[in-house]
Amino acid sequence: MINLPPAFIYIIGALLIPLIRIRILKQALVLMVPAIAFWNLINMPHGVYWTYQFLDYELILGRVDKLSMVFAYVFVIMSFIGMVYAIHIKEYGQHVAALLYVGCTLGVVFAGDMFTLFVFWEIMAISSVFLVFYRKTKRSLEAGFRYILVHLFGGCVLLCGIVIHAVTTGSLAFELFDFGTLAAKFILVGFLLNAAVPPFHAWLADAYPEATITGAVFMTAFTTKSAVYVLLRGFPGTELLVWLGAIMALYGVVYAVLENDIRRLLAYHIISQVGYMVCGVGLGSEMAINGASAHAFCHILYKAVLFMGMGAVVYVTGRSKMTDLQGRDLYKKMPITLALYMVGAFSISAVPLFNGFVSKTMVVAAAGMLHRPSIELMLHLASIGTFLHTGLKLPWGVWFGVKKGDEDVIEDAKEPPFNMLLAMGIAAGLCTLTGVYPKILYDLLPYPVDFHPYTVSSVVAMMQMLVLTLAAFWLYIDKLGGEPTVSLDTDWPYRMFGRVTLWFCNRPLNAIRSMGQDLLSKDVVSVGKISKHPYLFLEMFWNSIKGKRVTYKELIDRPYNENSYRIPLGLSACAALIFLFLYALIYMA
Amino acid sequence: MVKKLKIILYISIAATCILGFLFPNQHPHFWWQKIPVFDAVFGFIGCVVIVLVSKWIGHGWLMKKEDYYD
Repeated sequence: MINLPPAFIYIIGALLIPLIRIRILKQALVLMVPAIAFWNLINMPHGVYWTYQFLDYELILGRVDKLSMVFAYVFVIMSFIGMVYAIHIKEYGQHVAALLYVGCTLGVVFAGDMFTLFVFWEIMAISSVFLVFYRKTKRSLEAGFRYILVHLFGGCVLLCGIVIHAVTTGSLAFELFDFGTLAAKFILVGFLLNAAVPPFHAWLADAYPEATITGAVFMTAFTTKSAVYVLLRGFPGTELLVWLGAIMALYGVVYAVLENDIRRLLAYHIISQVGYMVCGVGLGSEMAINGASAHAFCHILYKAVLFMGMGAVVYVTGRSKMTDLQGRDLYKKMPITLALYMVGAFSISAVPLFNGFVSKTMVVAAAGMLHRPSIELMLHLASIGTFLHTGLKLPWGVWFGVKKGDEDVIEDAKEPPFNMLLAMGIAAGLCTLTGVYPKILYDLLPYPVDFHPYTVSSVVAMMQMLVLTLAAFWLYIDKLGGEPTVSLDTDWPYRMFGRVTLWFCNRPLNAIRSMGQDLLSKDVVSVGKISKHPYLFLEMFWNSIKGKRVTYKELIDRPYNENSYRIPLGLSACAALIFLFLYALIYMA
Repeated sequence: MVKKLKIILYISIAATCILGFLFPNQHPHFWWQKIPVFDAVFGFIGCVVIVLVSKWIGHGWLMKKEDYYD
């Protein structure tokens, strides 16, 4: 075991990339980093490592227990898969950003105190935004800025909570929080924002589809699932989370019906799937905690397959909208991608023998054991929606689709590069392996598992649900194609804020300015006139007292007369004499 | 092709429903888990409800033209 926190293996790897000049060595390095980290994890016994004294507080960089290990394992595996998928990229900045991002996520997972957590939390947001920026389109730049602003806001809220927590309790330790305190509420909002819980979720569906093809694969895995981890650590058994999770699971489904952008549809399904985990955190029983952890593990793998598959479609066709893809018979040109995608789709839909079935049913069963009928039904309903969209509508719309007759031919459509297919293959293989042989996964979970997903009745019940969902899909197959629209979401206020600001500057603020200008420009003219010939105004005044009307123009246009300029001099001398006299008078007295 | 697929679909609907009667849930938590074809009915109605309700909300309110934010 290398005596180095896993986070630093990645961070050092990220820093080494720019120093290596040869491409093949760089490629070897980005694959070596996850491999070394994995080997390190296997040899890391449970315990607390790397503690440092900072001011009056203790910083802990390595709290290793079952909960942190299950997340660390899947993060490291995922980083390897993501790197295989991205190995052909020549822009090394993307690799640097990705490695930093993964490293900081591991930093969050092993952090034993809130200060360490916060530092890694923020670097995670900042490094991940580059995976959006590297797409280098106008839309991705805009989406990236919105993404980073939202995350910095979330970071500030979290910091508020941490400071209040540290001041009131005198400790920075990252343990179970008491939900009743003010500090815990701030911290929870910070965590919920990263977990993409509505109404703080819009950044996800906004930014992920605009990220680079390979960057999006990393993004789907780390931010939300590290947030699930911190929720599991800090807020298990919080009743609010049960409802937020169940609502979230359905929220994503509704938006997925409306979505036309293929990767945005998947992004909405991340929100939906994270809903199961958040709900599991809220339920808080041993089985629910196990279920949430297992579902996070499986979700990372199958979501990676799905995002990689759709990423491959965008990569080879350059199109990301279902309306531009349907009816073009893409299945003939990329059958391997389709097959691998379907493994991911079956996994997310909880088809028996795939990993979603062994984790999702655990969360739902936990809701049943705690006798929460409405929650159980809501999660079931979301599960139907998941199969409908990721399992049926999306592959149908992208690879098959109803022909309308006006479709153009996608000439250069073919299978993506080998490394992309390989990465999808590895992830799809792991999805199937954990689905067929769930013991591997169950042994990693925080609590001992007493759950058997493969009873005949539950397999039959699941098959009934899936088959009848398919039947209903068949019924609405014409209605479910993409529509060229965008959907309003909770990012509307801050996306419109700029426009409102512009309107405010343009109309009311500008009106005030022009009023002021009108008023002042008249005054400027008269002040200018006065300062040009101060005496003329006295003369005008004098004339008006005498009852004679003389205009300024008449006075200024009259020919020069030296006598008329004697008066001001005389007046000044007279005034000086008077003042001198008065002064003398006062002085004498 | 479509016809064949339809036949396969009908057969699988029938098969899963029959299996539901043959293997009832041994540890039901709720009354509906005792109904052998509950998941089939729920799956179908649920799917229809999701499609119709989402499209209704979407067309009525949420869906805007693609250049909405430009």
